[in-house]
Amino acid sequence: MEKNRYLDLVRKHTPKEDRLKNGTIAFLIGGLMGLLAEVLIEIYSYILDIPTKEASTFVIITLIFFGCLFTCLGFFDKWVHFARCGLIIPITGFAHSMQSAALEYKKEGLVTGIGANMFKLAGTVIIFGVVSAYTFGLLRLIIMGG
Amino acid sequence: MTFSYDNVYINETSTITGPYEKNGPLNHYFDKSYDDLYFGAKTWEQAETKLIEESVDILLDKINKTKDLINVHIGGDLSNQISSTNYAASYFSIPFLGIYNACASSCESLIIASTLIEKGFVKNAICTSSSHNNAAEKQFRYPVEYGGPKRKTTTFTTTGCASAYLSYDKKGIKIESSTIGKVVDSGTSDVYHMGAVMSKAAADTIKKHLKDLKRDINYYDLVLTGDLGIYGKEILKEYMDIEYGIELNNYDDTACMIFDREKQPVYAGGSGVSCAPLVTYSYIFEKMKKGKYKKVLLVATGALMSPTNVNQKQTIPAIAHAVSLEAI
Repeated sequence: MEKNRYLDLVRKHTPKEDRLKNGTIAFLIGGLMGLLAEVLIEIYSYILDIPTKEASTFVIITLIFFGCLFTCLGFFDKWVHFARCGLIIPITGFAHSMQSAALEYKKEGLVTGIGANMFKLAGTVIIFGVVSAYTFGLLRLIIMGG
Repeated sequence: MTFSYDNVYINETSTITGPYEKNGPLNHYFDKSYDDLYFGAKTWEQAETKLIEESVDILLDKINKTKDLINVHIGGDLSNQISSTNYAASYFSIPFLGIYNACASSCESLIIASTLIEKGFVKNAICTSSSHNNAAEKQFRYPVEYGGPKRKTTTFTTTGCASAYLSYDKKGIKIESSTIGKVVDSGTSDVYHMGAVMSKAAADTIKKHLKDLKRDINYYDLVLTGDLGIYGKEILKEYMDIEYGIELNNYDDTACMIFDREKQPVYAGGSGVSCAPLVTYSYIFEKMKKGKYKKVLLVATGALMSPTNVNQKQTIPAIAHAVSLEAI
């Protein structure tokens, strides 16, 4: 059997992923995360009496903290698995990927284990985050003048 | 390349598993199962070594022999440099052959041991096949605690070690013949669909085995592949029919037997070096001894996947080895 025909056979027996269901769950949970962050920003800026810009930094730190804590407690992977991009795209996904890698490699030492592997998954986000921020910043400068 | 054997028998086996297999439908057939994945060790890798050591200890207990009476130990697992088996082998200090054919290692070890025994080079041999879910996830996929979504075709690596004691004493299950498979590249590079990667290799080996021995597929009461998963199983059935005109009727796949797919989060079923032998050495051998099956063809399939080569956009080669088992 030629490769293409075999690949057709494989395709025939490969189930379709439930994209609509997954997308809807991710959309709803992602939206709830946004809502949660907005509420937290309002609470922080009200209680601490700080501008919303500063409060949003506090909120990011809060989400990272809980993303890491829940990963360590061992149930965040199940949440992420259910919510998919609803929890992966927000900062919680970034925290989860770093924390899970750190947990995985902690027994291989501080430098050769945690240090060398903590950014195994999150490193990509940082690299391409910086590259796209730079690219879009440059485009904005050229088109809008800053 | 098919060999026939007159005097090789699997006299005794031992199976030891982790918690997921314990919660599966074959629970009662295993010798021992643990409730957690560390087995008292500090890391996943050391846990796998402990499994192998314990599995062989159980086996030696069953056959009432000490390790210095064993001529050779043949074993493999999924870790880099098959380190889990190497460490276990240093504990036994039995002359050792470390092998790697991914999940086809179980049949590979049986073939080597049978050939050595048949030719009289050794009197007996122990074959171990082990895998550890978390050690394999860590090495081939993502950190264990990372909850990224998985596709429906993904398989779930079994945690366990299956050991077999082979000799020329007529007791247990006879190894009647074996076929060494070829490496087949089916043109797929989907690491989340190993059934698609391995089905072609399984079909090639089954066909070769039947042709070499001039047998019909119905000669066997059961053809057992391990471990294509539910989708790979369908691919193999249709491929065998279209390509060779062979209808697989008395056929099952160990990936679909070891877990309860409805209740357990295992996607397309089990996988890993230990999947096929855990099912065969426990459940299938029990059924063979009770007379349900007389002749069984075990075809262990392995995806010879390297994350490095897959990242370099290469397709994944696969292999399958067949062992014909007979009740005596």
